[in-house]
Amino acid sequence: MIDRNELNSIAGNGIWKQNTSLVQILGLCPLLAVTTNAVNGIMLSLATIIVMALSNVAVASLRNFIPHEIRIPVFILIVAALVTVVDLLFNANLHELYLVLGIFIPLIVTNCIVLARVEAFAAKNPPLQSTFDGLFMGVGMLWTLALLGGMRELLGNGTLFGGIDMVFPGLQPIQLLPESYPGLLLAILPPGAFILLGCMIAWKNWLDARAAQRARLKPPPAEAAGLPV
Amino acid sequence: MSVAPREFTASGMAARTAAILFVFVIVFTGLLSAAHQWTKPAIEASAAAEKLKLIDEVMPSADYDNKLLGDTLTLPPTAELGLEEPTTLYRARKDGKPVALIFEAVAPDGYTGKVNLLIALRADGSLGGVRVTRHKETPGLGDYIDPRKDKNKARPWITQFNGMSLANAPDKDWKVRKDGGRIDYYAGATISPRAVSRAVLKAVKWADGQRDELFAPPEAAR
Repeated sequence: MIDRNELNSIAGNGIWKQNTSLVQILGLCPLLAVTTNAVNGIMLSLATIIVMALSNVAVASLRNFIPHEIRIPVFILIVAALVTVVDLLFNANLHELYLVLGIFIPLIVTNCIVLARVEAFAAKNPPLQSTFDGLFMGVGMLWTLALLGGMRELLGNGTLFGGIDMVFPGLQPIQLLPESYPGLLLAILPPGAFILLGCMIAWKNWLDARAAQRARLKPPPAEAAGLPV
Repeated sequence: MSVAPREFTASGMAARTAAILFVFVIVFTGLLSAAHQWTKPAIEASAAAEKLKLIDEVMPSADYDNKLLGDTLTLPPTAELGLEEPTTLYRARKDGKPVALIFEAVAPDGYTGKVNLLIALRADGSLGGVRVTRHKETPGLGDYIDPRKDKNKARPWITQFNGMSLANAPDKDWKVRKDGGRIDYYAGATISPRAVSRAVLKAVKWADGQRDELFAPPEAAR
């Protein structure tokens, strides 16, 4: 069904090479609104992973029945229906988790990553590969948003994992900087998200450029083949 | 990617595409309504439980013994409470005697829009508690009006209102210190607490003036 190389390539694309936030620059709206701390970023990503995997597998299974000309309305229909069903099922059956993830699930509707992956991948690939693509695209988003949220709250409030008590009652946010830290409001407000995201994109491009230069200087050894070029 | 077979004419293909789209719409609408029907009872039950939990924060459940969600009054849009839509007022009683009124109010002049409040006013005219149920105040600055975001966990800002009444606090006390009142605030974020204080005073005045009417038993209200 799926071999190792294919899985590796899907994972590499999702986590690094085609990272939704750093390379495709998709889904900026929820990214700005939600990543005021690491916990929120992680929670939004978890909700997105679930929806992306489901919508990818649904579209991939139905792809032979969807006429090319009307694929976009059908995709939107499928994604919107799935988001709503996931929202309802969470609310009814996993209410504790819903209280945490709940506000993020409707936000996924504003996220074009889901539609982009359906159009670019699931419409052309079998269900299993598409499921993994959805999962790994979500994982790529997870680490990016967690890092971005973490940096924003550290700069803005001097804490890390603020709001963790909403997920795991009893746990407290970590105060990394001294209590007297005045806080940098800019980092918490949306412009801070843009500035830090820009820094992260620059950092990724720098890493990629360095890797490419090294690869040019000497033929890559076997283990470097996995590095992005 | 299925492409329509060549033998279709243009209008035939259009009809076929429309039919396929129609089938997709029917199937996924069916899926949605099935999910809605199936989850409805559970969602309603948890919404009621959640409402009670929120009410619990302003009014401890040990203080009353009636079924709160069954003893309600529907308020028309009330300008004094800043409400533009009908809301529900809950009436807590113990042994049939009035204990408290629990109702919603809106502060229209928060820093970034409306601040929704839940207020419990005891039968003696004192405040049982105030909670912010919804707001958009600046994270890390004005959002301490919500005790979950308040850094002072031992005595969150909003608990200052507990026990205040028109009898023990003249109108001028229901303001932030900067405006000559007795409500504390954090420097740099005065607008949010000022809006909440003003809305709470207005709401208390509104409810205090007609306590008996609001407590009138459901039979009389009908």
